[in-house]
Amino acid sequence: MSGKAVLLHAGVIAALFLLQFVASDYAVLMLTRIMVLAIYAMGYNILFGYTGLLSLGHAMFFAAGLYAAALGVTRLGLGVPEAFAVAILTGIAVSLLIGLIALRASGVAFMIVTLMFAQAAFLTVLYFGEYTRGDEGIVIPDTLRAFSFMGIEADLTNPVLRYNLALAFLAAAIALCLAVVRSRIGHVLVAIRENESRTAMLGYDVARYKLIAFVLSGSFAAFAGACYALMFAYAGSSLASIQYSIHPLLWTLLGGAATVLGPVLGTALMFFLVDFASGFTTASLLFVGVALILLVLFFPKGILGTLRQRVMPWLP
Amino acid sequence: MAFWPHLLLAVLEGTVAAAVLALSALGLSLVFGVMRVVNVAHGEFFMVGAMLAWWTAKMMPGGPLAGFIAALVAAPVAVGFLAFLTERLLLRRINYDPEATIVATIGLLFVLQQLALSVFGADAKPVAAPFTYRIAFPWFGFSGYKIFVVAASLMLLLAVWWVLARTRLGLIMRVTQFDRETATAFGIPVNTVYAAVFVAGAALVAIAAVLIVPIQQAHYLMGLDPLLMSFIVVIIGGLGSIKGSVVAALIIGLADGIISMFFSPTLAAIIATLAVAIVLVVRPQGLYGVPVR
Repeated sequence: MSGKAVLLHAGVIAALFLLQFVASDYAVLMLTRIMVLAIYAMGYNILFGYTGLLSLGHAMFFAAGLYAAALGVTRLGLGVPEAFAVAILTGIAVSLLIGLIALRASGVAFMIVTLMFAQAAFLTVLYFGEYTRGDEGIVIPDTLRAFSFMGIEADLTNPVLRYNLALAFLAAAIALCLAVVRSRIGHVLVAIRENESRTAMLGYDVARYKLIAFVLSGSFAAFAGACYALMFAYAGSSLASIQYSIHPLLWTLLGGAATVLGPVLGTALMFFLVDFASGFTTASLLFVGVALILLVLFFPKGILGTLRQRVMPWLP
Repeated sequence: MAFWPHLLLAVLEGTVAAAVLALSALGLSLVFGVMRVVNVAHGEFFMVGAMLAWWTAKMMPGGPLAGFIAALVAAPVAVGFLAFLTERLLLRRINYDPEATIVATIGLLFVLQQLALSVFGADAKPVAAPFTYRIAFPWFGFSGYKIFVVAASLMLLLAVWWVLARTRLGLIMRVTQFDRETATAFGIPVNTVYAAVFVAGAALVAIAAVLIVPIQQAHYLMGLDPLLMSFIVVIIGGLGSIKGSVVAALIIGLADGIISMFFSPTLAAIIATLAVAIVLVVRPQGLYGVPVR
């Protein structure tokens, strides 16, 4: 990997670390949320950007982690670290199962099938309203969010700790993502995106690689969901809805698909745009819709994708 | 009420659901079949049709029947025009790329939903049925209007089948579906065919909306359910196969009616969705689909 690329990614993480000393309380909260959701978008990007599989149902994986963590903490009496572990395992199990079925379809059918599964998951959340509390959602009490891990006492109600934990997770996600992209697996995934039948002809087990990408992507989403539940103490059905499947797609497209930092940039920009717009209108959906249409019409490569094409060919 | 009358009622309700479903799925299937693109805003076309039906009924003097007839004309025309604009300004510009079309029409879905909310408000809007004849069974009464909906859907389905199978227009559509490039080489104006098919699909779903709105009230979020149900039907029936869509609509509509009646509508929706998974595992191209060449 080129020195420039390492420098850029390290620089972004360092900048985010320094930002907490100048940002307002509100901005810190917002940035925490952005970083957690950026992990979600980065996972989405592994499947969409690098492998070329457009899923319209990632909210089910996000929700799997979200509810595994929230129910684990409130119902099963798990501690915070155990809840993270259970959420990741749930994410792996769910994405493995769904992947085995959904990857039988390809192209447009794959998109529709993922959408349908996500809707079934959303309805399941509502159907078991007794446990999930449906629309109203589960609120995790503050006392359950304090924990000790390897001898360190920590409390997720503390905004500074929360920010730095989210940043650490984001840094780990970026590192993992870079490692995957630069690895042999990453190259095969891109090859599948560019020409699936040729990749198969070269002797690669395409179905297996696609499943790897699917499970990796779903696990990122589930992990982000667990972060969301535990850091913001809330798990509600709206987070499992179709909108939450579309969001990572929008963020990835905006920042630039198939770039490691694109989803992070896209998530942040869209958050600031919606936050800015909410000052004078409540029609935030309109922004999402118009942004999607404009991106597809005029800017299909996104910000970092265009930059890579024009001036920064070394961008991973 | 005993079991059998209960079942009869469930089957009747299911048939009504199946008829409307077949009509909405038909539009989606037609568009996919000929143009090979999926219109995610299809459900919002349905919603706009329903909203227009409510608005026309409110504006039109002369009672529910006059309003209904006016809506049957106005809604398909207006939604068809909306579809025409979508085709010209959106789909044509991205050259009918399947992925880009899905993303763009998701954008359109959000835009239409938000506009409907801003213009018409968030409350559900009831529309009076054009007539209120009730068929009296020994155990319960059943709305005559619902039977009319079934008959009207059936006629429309037959009309579409006739156009596709027996007319020159249908021949042109089928040729375009079979091979776009060869069709162009033979002088068929493919772009015009695409526009016509897209408009026809939207008009069909608008008619379905006008028919259903006296049963189901108009609401700005009503588009999602018919969209997902249409997806289910189209996948189970086989993408692009009209016959498959109708058969699948019948199966899904009846199952939905019966499961909703005896268990819960949410469970019915979950089961229908999982049925898609099973069909895909066993038969990826759907019941009557032909594998994509």
